Amino acid sequence: MTPADFDYLRKMLRERSGLVLSAEKQYLAESRLLPLVRRNGLASLADLIGDIRLKPSSQLATDTVSAMTTNETFFFRDKAPFENFRDYIMPALVAVRLREKRIRIWCAAASTGQEPYSLAMTLNEMGPALAGTRVEILATDLSGDVLDRAKAGLYSQFEVQRGLPIQQLLKYFTQEGDSWRIAPEIRAMVQFRTLNLLNDFSPLGTFDVVFCRNVLIYFDQETKIGVFNRIAKQIPDDGYLVLGAAETVVGLTDAFKPMPERRGVYTPNLAARRAGPVTLFASAKF
Amino acid sequence: MKTCLIVDDSSVIRKVARRILEGLEFTIEEAEDGEQALAACQRKLPEAILLDWNMPKMDGYEFLRVLRRLPGGDGPKVVFCTTENDVAHIARALHAGANEYIMKPFDKEIVEAKFQEVGLI
Ligand SMILES: C[S@@+](CC[C@H](N)C(=O)[O-])C[C@H]1O[C@@H](n2cnc3c(N)ncnc32)[C@H](O)[C@@H]1O
Repeated sequence: MTPADFDYLRKMLRERSGLVLSAEKQYLAESRLLPLVRRNGLASLADLIGDIRLKPSSQLATDTVSAMTTNETFFFRDKAPFENFRDYIMPALVAVRLREKRIRIWCAAASTGQEPYSLAMTLNEMGPALAGTRVEILATDLSGDVLDRAKAGLYSQFEVQRGLPIQQLLKYFTQEGDSWRIAPEIRAMVQFRTLNLLNDFSPLGTFDVVFCRNVLIYFDQETKIGVFNRIAKQIPDDGYLVLGAAETVVGLTDAFKPMPERRGVYTPNLAARRAGPVTLFASAKF
Repeated sequence: MKTCLIVDDSSVIRKVARRILEGLEFTIEEAEDGEQALAACQRKLPEAILLDWNMPKMDGYEFLRVLRRLPGGDGPKVVFCTTENDVAHIARALHAGANEYIMKPFDKEIVEAKFQEVGLI
């Protein structure tokens, strides 16, 4: 790939998905895009970038962005967030939503569905503790391809063995050849929709819990701040934000504050909220 | 350091498993079938057992049933590791007292995830 093509690609990825690809990651771009070149019957990476330059809003351009994002995920990833969800977040929310009896959860980078389904299985296990509260899970992702896989709910033997306890596998999946299909009642608990976190998501409404894990790590500081502050607007005072193990709001925005003793869990910073519009530590143009 | 007994009639599998589990800080013992495994357990019970199903002499399922009746035999965490990848086998294994179940082929990620699941790491 020529330096000019690589620069063009980096700029496009950043604008469309927030992904920051550092200059030395050319090998990564090449290894991830070559299969796409072949699948589309193109002769080379130069042809791929050439086509995108001519038709920036083509399916090929969208597929290129998808091919460059990392979709790795697994059931009950890191475990603790799901324990916090079950033992702390949900009981607290059920108690303050006794009248509405409705709780909304947003999984903002759902990839192939392991995260929203882990939440759904956890809720199913909670049973009576939910006191009849209706719980909605909305799972979104930039990539339609990963969401198609999520909707199908069909996982390889390898995928069901990373993080999913064997008892849960027997309880919530049926075997289809070498693959395993999620149970219809768990599938039915989750709605899927494509959504780019860089775009306006206020029409989705408010959410009591937002899982936004292992996606902002790929973004630059300014983009992270913008997303955090817009997520903050969708979470009520008594709601929660859950981030990935390598992510934090600290030093980026005062819209949220970390919960002591509950790693990865953040709550709206009410003092900052009352002080008026969300203030930023870094001057960002959002 | 915790001890893991690897029970498999394939020396290749034992070698692969040993490499993975040594990387996870286990001391390794090996057995080629259920009888050898039982003898090892009667000498000293390990903290963990990685157990194949199909083996000559005594198979993994039979071994597990005997193990769980030994004094202290409910102590070791038993993780099956087998090509018997159907629901019926998995259910039987759990019923006989297995703690987790790995369907072959496996890799380091899977072994690590399953050993974490049962609290061994
Ligand atoms: C590494 S996966 C994380 C999956 C899951 N949340 C987890 O923690 O296991 C990151 C996902 O973020 C999605 N993604 C990347 N950029 C995005 C954007 N701008 N808007 C929405 N989703 C995005 C990718 O398509 C990918 O599926």
